Amino acid sequence: MTGLRRSLLRILALMRKELLVILKDPRSRAVLLAPPVVQCLVFGYAATYDLNQVTYALVDQDRSVVSREFVSRFDGSGIFERVATVNRVEDAAPLLLAGDVVLVVAIGPGFMRDIAAGGQGAVQVIADGRNSNTAGIAQGYVAAIATAFGADVQRLLGRSGAAVQVVSRAWYNPSLETRWHMIPSLIGAITMLMTMMLAAMSVAREREEGTFDQLLVAPFRPTEIMIGKAVPSMLVGLVQASLILLVALLWFRIPFAGSYLVLYTGLMLFLAAAIGIGLFLSSLAKNMQQAMILTFLLLMPFMLLSGLMAPTENMPAALRWFTMVNPLNYAITITRRVYLEGAGYDVLLPDMLALGAIAAVTLPVAAWFFRNRLA
Amino acid sequence: MTGAARRTAALIRKETWQLLRDPSSIAIGIVMPLAMLLLFGYGLDLDVKNVPVAIVMEETSADAQGAASGFDLSNYFDAVHVKTMAEAETLLLDRTVRAIVRIPPDFARDVQNEQAEIQVIVHGADANTARISLGYARGAVAAWMAREAVRGRALAVAPVSVQGRMWFNEANESTYFLVPGLIVLVMTLIGALLTALVVAREWERGTFEALFVTPVRSAELLLGKTVPYFVLGMIGLALSVIGSLVLFGVPFRGSALVLAGVSVLYLLVALGIGLVISSATKSQFLASQAAMMISFLPAMMLSGFMFDIRSMPWVIQMITYVFPARYFVSLLQTIFLAGNVWSVILPNAAVLAGMAAVLIALSVRLTRKRLA
Amino acid sequence: MPGDSAAGAVVAVRDLRKTFQRETGETVTALDGIGFAVAPGTLAALIGPDGAGKTTLIRLLCGLMLPDDGEVEVLGQNVSAAPQEVQNVVGYMPQKFGLYEDLSVQENLDLYADLHGVTRDERAAIYPRLMEMTQLGRFRQRLAGKLSGGMKQKLGLACTLVRTPRLLLLDEPTVGVDPLSRRELWEIVTTLIEEDGLSVLVSTSYLDEAERCDHCVVLHEGRMLAEGAPGTITAKAEGCSYIAAPPEGMPARSLQARLFATPGVVDAVPEAGKVRVVRATRENRAPIGIEGKEVTLKPVPARFEDGFMTVFAAVAGDSARNTLDLRAAEEGSAEVAVEVRDLVRTFGDFTAVDRIGFQVRRGEIYGLLGPNGAGKSTTFRMLCGLLPASAGTLHVAGADLRTSRAEARERLGYVAQKFSLYGDLSVDDNLRFFASAYGLRGRRRRERIAWAKDQFDLAPLATLPSRQLPGGFKQRLAMAAALLHEPQILFLDEATSGADPLARREFWGRITALAESGVTVIVTTHFMEEAEYCDRIIIMDAGRALAEGTPAEVRARAGGTAATMEDAFIAIVEKARQAGARGAA
Repeated sequence: MTGLRRSLLRILALMRKELLVILKDPRSRAVLLAPPVVQCLVFGYAATYDLNQVTYALVDQDRSVVSREFVSRFDGSGIFERVATVNRVEDAAPLLLAGDVVLVVAIGPGFMRDIAAGGQGAVQVIADGRNSNTAGIAQGYVAAIATAFGADVQRLLGRSGAAVQVVSRAWYNPSLETRWHMIPSLIGAITMLMTMMLAAMSVAREREEGTFDQLLVAPFRPTEIMIGKAVPSMLVGLVQASLILLVALLWFRIPFAGSYLVLYTGLMLFLAAAIGIGLFLSSLAKNMQQAMILTFLLLMPFMLLSGLMAPTENMPAALRWFTMVNPLNYAITITRRVYLEGAGYDVLLPDMLALGAIAAVTLPVAAWFFRNRLA
Repeated sequence: MTGAARRTAALIRKETWQLLRDPSSIAIGIVMPLAMLLLFGYGLDLDVKNVPVAIVMEETSADAQGAASGFDLSNYFDAVHVKTMAEAETLLLDRTVRAIVRIPPDFARDVQNEQAEIQVIVHGADANTARISLGYARGAVAAWMAREAVRGRALAVAPVSVQGRMWFNEANESTYFLVPGLIVLVMTLIGALLTALVVAREWERGTFEALFVTPVRSAELLLGKTVPYFVLGMIGLALSVIGSLVLFGVPFRGSALVLAGVSVLYLLVALGIGLVISSATKSQFLASQAAMMISFLPAMMLSGFMFDIRSMPWVIQMITYVFPARYFVSLLQTIFLAGNVWSVILPNAAVLAGMAAVLIALSVRLTRKRLA
Repeated sequence: MPGDSAAGAVVAVRDLRKTFQRETGETVTALDGIGFAVAPGTLAALIGPDGAGKTTLIRLLCGLMLPDDGEVEVLGQNVSAAPQEVQNVVGYMPQKFGLYEDLSVQENLDLYADLHGVTRDERAAIYPRLMEMTQLGRFRQRLAGKLSGGMKQKLGLACTLVRTPRLLLLDEPTVGVDPLSRRELWEIVTTLIEEDGLSVLVSTSYLDEAERCDHCVVLHEGRMLAEGAPGTITAKAEGCSYIAAPPEGMPARSLQARLFATPGVVDAVPEAGKVRVVRATRENRAPIGIEGKEVTLKPVPARFEDGFMTVFAAVAGDSARNTLDLRAAEEGSAEVAVEVRDLVRTFGDFTAVDRIGFQVRRGEIYGLLGPNGAGKSTTFRMLCGLLPASAGTLHVAGADLRTSRAEARERLGYVAQKFSLYGDLSVDDNLRFFASAYGLRGRRRRERIAWAKDQFDLAPLATLPSRQLPGGFKQRLAMAAALLHEPQILFLDEATSGADPLARREFWGRITALAESGVTVIVTTHFMEEAEYCDRIIIMDAGRALAEGTPAEVRARAGGTAATMEDAFIAIVEKARQAGARGAA
């Protein structure tokens, strides 16, 4: 019993020391707390696929009342901005090439005539495919305007609408903003970036400065060192996560649907897994530079293959296997689902178990390597 | 003069040996670009395909079957048929499907009355996928109506038809713009991060001190440091270009010479950033942190490489003008997909040239043969 | 400047002042009113303790820093005005010579030859000579990072000598270098002076090195204490030096520690079983009373070190003297504290430690001596449980620390070769952490920390981050942290490397006091005269034990010719190497 007590006291001493090293220096305090908030703000705004402004060039070869009315729908949308009006599609091409416009909207001759005759008036939309994602969204906007315009025309002409209409609803995110999707994910992504680096540096730095020998000569067990190093990084990670959560709630005003208890349970497991990987890399590395490069080499695929920027479903099988050992993948699922859907333990149990398993493997392995690193 | 040339050559030789013998340089310079090429090329697909949907048919008429077939036949959807709405909602909740397509009772009758509705419920969490899926759903229904029209059945259609065309990327492949954009990351890694690390290492290990007390001039030191990394950067460029063309079939419509030219400019900017960072911090840890924060992350997030700058609020758009990556991404996407469009190339290249000049001048000023 | 005594000098420094701004904002004066000159073709030495300003002075001479005030002229050039001209013609070897560790010996040399514009023909002439002098010829293709410390220093020197500079500036070239390599380095330098008429300025904290020089400049806290030929400094202690024999049953080091703490004694060091004493006043033959016994003093001629200590005593006073309470030595215990038998450690096919065996009894000071790469550190790391042994047995306080429970390690204290406490943490935080790490808590923890701060004079610096401590205080803090939990066995790995003579005496005073209170001490050191403090020593080379026993026994093994411990050491190692070479042939 006293052995356990002594062990606990040693762990507490080590934790205190770790926190002192991290937090004593005002510069390192700033480095740990300011960037998460700044990154969350900048990336929250930057990492979006929503398009709020679409520049276009108009080619109106019909020049009728109807075509003018149609065009006015664009100009009144608040999203479309007409940059130029030209006579032929060829004249609009340079604008598209130079990137001055995203779209060329060309209304063919006979637009009014065809509609009046009960047929379809043709509108050609040419998009700049250099960013096909933006182009696709902009074309979607045009289609939506055309549909609304068509319905009005039908009403005006006393006809019934299209035989079949598609009506849509979006759950959890009625206005379909990508920001809602992105910002909860940033909780996991940004804390992972920082805590993994922190954990990876911690052992490598002590090895480089010779203090690690001092720890190994003291009566610490490897497990005690592991706990003493993991818990402070975890605390830092939790503080960062809470800061980002506050930015999401108070600044971006994204409503939180779930339970904080579930969210923080998930975050703790996630941080344990991320720190486990960091400590493992750290115990392998000879010096800080190696630790840094190893971490960086691993962070890239973790970020890319996490569902943060693109859904994991489209990935080839080999890469999907990798996502199974990627803690960020689970963290993003957990934060998104708790935040937006209010998911509970029952739904998220598999993800939490996976995170627990990653931590349960990496942390003990890291502890073993503390003493038995290949010379 | 020959003295200066000989000294510079000696420094370049030395740096090259070190580079070749340092596994971490190889890791950042060669392994990382290749890994990123494969990851981005195969793993990061912004296109929405095979979206799993649940189809709930509350009527079994021929029309209902026909409308559902629009989803079954579409490449964009993987449709599963379920009996009840409750069942479909469970699937949507646990994310087995991304959308529910509901064909309500009395569908056939409503079609006759030209007021039928098909309900599509998407999971809004991933708004981008949701929005694109909705567009495809409309397309699937339109396709069915078109098939009916061919069979001579006159279903009322919308009075305006929109024919979309995608220039430069007819196949609508996100790989086409992601993979060339990757070059910006590769160049940033090699130019800024790696250079910042190796120069900071010389300060940290004290190797500069002995070197300073020789006839060597600081300009020669800088040149000796940068030339090998410049070459490595160009190798990274070649790897990325060959990878995009061969592995991913990205079209290349501009000229290789122009691509090489603007890449040189961007590489000079990146090297300049790396040199300035390392001279200012003189520590590997700080240098790597700074290089991450002011070169790599902006190149990834604020360059238009993944997230279109036009989608960002104007404050963020203003910020992107500060970072060189945005100019280079715009050049890369144009040269690969559109060709030699001088109205894009000249202004962007001019900005990069200006930045390169300023940064290199700054790094020469900062690298004096002095100890703090 | 006409009529100046420095006319024609290779180095002329006048009224030099240099200050630094600390991060905290306070200004530190590194050099204050320095002025001296070095004549062409001579060897000049800058000597002084840590923080005296030696490195700053040399950097100013190279134009790597600019002076705040005063003039620096090197080879007739004003350094501030034309640093590049000076850098073209001097050779400079910084304290930590920046060899490129991932380049081979040859590549390092070629780089510097290219930078200095040495032509192919010149290389053909100078390379063989450099290789012969440094004996690096066999290792041309080896990466510099894989060389031993001594070889690295020789390569660094070779790099600065790829063309014959007009002035050679060496900043502490022999720190951390074993006696053999040290001797070889000095042979190179003296040959250059004699054969090429080179001028050399060297900074050092080894007084025997300063003694070889033509001209000495003694620095202390940025000021000049003395200047002149070594003889003039030796003369300051003329008539003050004595030899004292310890009373029956008292080890020399115990007498030394007591004498050193006696008022009126400037210096005391153990020497061949006796103690050399320097008194503050001349011709004072009055015997000194130590613990009720009279110790008689036999006058001997003064040596350079005595003069240096006399110069220092005048400024430093007694402040540097330790205040450890010395207890009467306990009866020699028969209890074995450390036992090593047939210890082997291999790395791949390289045998770093080859069947080493020894015993250390409680309260003994045991020294591990040997050149760089002899296997001392490997042995040490195995003893501390940092490295598993390939074969053999070892017991430290009755346990193998590698496999024993963690608590067994509470019995030992460890001071690493380089300062390895947490640099960002304050003195207090470091002490608190190590106290808790060793299971101290509550009142006992407070008491021990207070004791450590008092014993090591750390109280005034308690809140300073330990990275910013002056060199000597870092070493004290490391000792304090290792002693908080009152270990039974203390491991000291080259704890005095790079320390100045004052700091070393202070350090050994503490060790002596610890041994007297029953602590077993195991040390490694490069300073052979420090072997005199040990009860027994073992000399290792190439992983094997060459000699073991008391210092007197080891000296006897080397034959009667060895005057000092260093000579004995070199004789033993060289004899063994020759035998090895013969055996191999």
